[in-house]
Amino acid sequence: MAISLRVNGRVLTAEVPPEMPLLWVLRDELGLKGTKFGCGVGACGACTVHVDGAATRACLTPVGTVGSRQITTIEGLHAHPNGPALQTAWIAHDVPQCGYCQAGQMMTAAALLKDKARPTRDEIEGAMTGNLCRCGCYDRIHAAINTAAGVEA
Amino acid sequence: MIDRRRLIFSIGAAAGGGLALGFGFTTSGEAAAAAAGAIGDYVLVAPDGAVTLLAKAPEIGQGAKTTLPMIIAEEMDADWSRVRIEFAPVEQRFGDQSVGGSTTTPENYEPMRKVGAAARSLLVQAAAERWGLPAASLKTERGEVIDPASGRRLGYGGLAAAAAKLPPPDPAKLVLKSPKDFVLLGRDHVGVDTPAVVRGEPIFGIDTEVPGLEYAVYVKSPVPGAKLVSADLDAARRQPGVTQVFALEGLAPPPGKQVGLAPGYAPGVAIIARNWWLANQARKVLNAQWDETSGAGHSTDHYDAQARQILKGAGKVASQHGDVDAALAGASKRVSAVYHAPFLAHLSLEPQNCTARPTADGGVELFAPTQVATDARELTAKTLGLPLEKVTVHMRRSGGGFGRRLMADAAVESAAIAMRAKTPVKLVWAREDDVAHDYYRPALWMAFDAGLDAQGRVSAYRAHGVSFTRDGTTPATGGGVTQDAAPGLLADSARAEQSLIPTIIPTGWLRAPASNALSFVHEGFWDELAHAAGQDPVAFRLAHMRARVAADAQATGEGKPKLDIGRLAGVLELVAQRSGWGAQGLPSGVGMGVGCYFSHRGYFAEVARVRVSNDGDWRVEKVWVVGDVGSIVLNPLGGRAQVAGSIVEGISQLRCAVDFKDGRTVPTNIPDFDLVRMPDAPEIDIHFLVTDHPPTGLGEPALPPVIPAVVNAVYAACGARVRELPLTAERIKAALKAT
Repeated sequence: MAISLRVNGRVLTAEVPPEMPLLWVLRDELGLKGTKFGCGVGACGACTVHVDGAATRACLTPVGTVGSRQITTIEGLHAHPNGPALQTAWIAHDVPQCGYCQAGQMMTAAALLKDKARPTRDEIEGAMTGNLCRCGCYDRIHAAINTAAGVEA
Repeated sequence: MIDRRRLIFSIGAAAGGGLALGFGFTTSGEAAAAAAGAIGDYVLVAPDGAVTLLAKAPEIGQGAKTTLPMIIAEEMDADWSRVRIEFAPVEQRFGDQSVGGSTTTPENYEPMRKVGAAARSLLVQAAAERWGLPAASLKTERGEVIDPASGRRLGYGGLAAAAAKLPPPDPAKLVLKSPKDFVLLGRDHVGVDTPAVVRGEPIFGIDTEVPGLEYAVYVKSPVPGAKLVSADLDAARRQPGVTQVFALEGLAPPPGKQVGLAPGYAPGVAIIARNWWLANQARKVLNAQWDETSGAGHSTDHYDAQARQILKGAGKVASQHGDVDAALAGASKRVSAVYHAPFLAHLSLEPQNCTARPTADGGVELFAPTQVATDARELTAKTLGLPLEKVTVHMRRSGGGFGRRLMADAAVESAAIAMRAKTPVKLVWAREDDVAHDYYRPALWMAFDAGLDAQGRVSAYRAHGVSFTRDGTTPATGGGVTQDAAPGLLADSARAEQSLIPTIIPTGWLRAPASNALSFVHEGFWDELAHAAGQDPVAFRLAHMRARVAADAQATGEGKPKLDIGRLAGVLELVAQRSGWGAQGLPSGVGMGVGCYFSHRGYFAEVARVRVSNDGDWRVEKVWVVGDVGSIVLNPLGGRAQVAGSIVEGISQLRCAVDFKDGRTVPTNIPDFDLVRMPDAPEIDIHFLVTDHPPTGLGEPALPPVIPAVVNAVYAACGARVRELPLTAERIKAALKAT
């Protein structure tokens, strides 16, 4: 069936079953490959997007449940209130190693900063614990979030 | 045969009138012919001064795509802000285009310097001719040639067309910079792909898009060597969006070899659909039945029982010095222990995948996230019976390697599927496929029997290791059980013995292969010996090292070990200082442990501070790292990231295991692995000890010491000596009861 989605401020349509996860609709049907496949069971966070501003695992989100809610992916992060600051901080700290998890990390971080402009160490760790980084970039992710929030680490 | 030491250059005009410098490695026979014509571009200087450099090694997050071009730009005196970097094609002229074993820096440092120096010499020569001055009188800086006498400057862009008409430089006559004049190397540089990563650009292998692309899963038995009995291909064909379903018989590799390293691929069923999720959904109705008798008995419980039985006897002697048996008999004190490290998986976050496109000439084009671009090309050609020139490999950024992508299995599978389907196909493994079809870090068992003399010196060090074999004689890939480890080298007498258990489990190299298990067993046991001798673990190690350094100073020629004990002692002394080793007053339940190890040409010593709760839960609070990788860390920003990542991965290796039941893995997906996440990651203090040695790689050597450092810190914190991994609360509690 044809499903319309509001993605990064545009309306996009895909001819897909409603139970198909949002992740694969974004990647394979809409050509938005910034959102990554890691585990398919919501355990690694690589597929994190925003649905109405909330960090959401796209691999576990049937596309038919999204409705008219606003989806933001890494490709639309620049338009998020915290997006440019996070992207600048991520580059300044050269956070990525392989970079595969970073879309998910940054989307989770953006949702965190929207809720808490100056998160504490525990709040950062609590928000980010669902995002796995196999290269071990955690110290730089932490530092970049602090930089984006204007917090001296 | 490619001789990596012999460089050749070619000169051509770039599109738009710039300079195109080509380079390759070759034998002398080919050199003349190749030099006569262009051998392909590697350094491009456009008329507007923009510079394009190619990166010939795969990028897996270790920074090769940034660091190798930095080396060229340094010697070329290019303006880094005007340098653009692209992956090189995969061609024989570049030799082996692979990354692994922390070899990228040591093997490419000199050749890339010469490429840069060649480009610089051409641009300088062009300026010299324009000004009518001797080339030797000119200098270069940030993309310009300078005449110091007059202060005149000419940009590289304006010289490029003239430089393109000059003859290729003689590699033997190139003058390299003195490292003290480096302006790029040794300074922090952000990864060249970092901006693309933070914008979510489709740069990874799994993001590959080609016209007419379809998506595939390849359903295989989780048991190696299983044969397909039946599958309901028609049911899968009827699923929505499915375009093709077919079984492939696979191709068994030569006896004793394994797919991934030799031609071949496993049998299975390919399901192709208009998107990947639809292909993966169709698996549910495939109902594949396998003959899995090949897996019978290949269970970790069984291997464990076999290994412990074997360790009661002697193994094949791999190396020895002195009379160990006599020294043991005469020892003042004897210490024995058995250590065990389990199988491990790689779990790179980007699952195995490859895109393959059949070409009009009957060949195939691969878009491969791989560590082994050359192998991917050669194994695909051999497996499919194609001439090498009909297989083209395009390198794509990899979402993690860690040694998993040293195997080209996904590339070969994708090619076989695409050729049969006659359509471009992106093969993506589900995470469950990735866990079930890894090339696992082989488990290791090690029995130690050591003697201490009256002064507390190690007089005898016997180490009997058990690993696996596929062919009955040689250790399975990644399963070496003997290595030049310091405790044996420094003992008055030592014997390394090896025993091998037959296996069908695919094994491979996991980040810091062999060393990641051997450091645990040797450095854990060395710690036990220090305590048995009543000495401080750092002082005990240093006393043995200093005695050897003094003896080596007298030794000449072949008596010298390849492991430079002096360098190991250097990092150990410094990490003890930096960590405040020996300070009193640590809180109850907190301990500090040390480990030091030489691997992948790097010397590292590390101290871990670990907190252990009454329930046996543990957390690494801080790790101090001192490393000696020679005279320079080419990109310190990337180098520190590699070290920090090695520490985090080492702690993950402490927390994970892969068990097998009749050839099949027990864990299936990420939730079955206790991988380190942000709250688990320690504070890390990193220091590089600069020494007068050629620079070496940083992907791996920082990893091995942290494993024993943490285990030894747990002992210091609570008295639990844990000799088996993973390091669980249960094992810590059990060890406490045993003491």
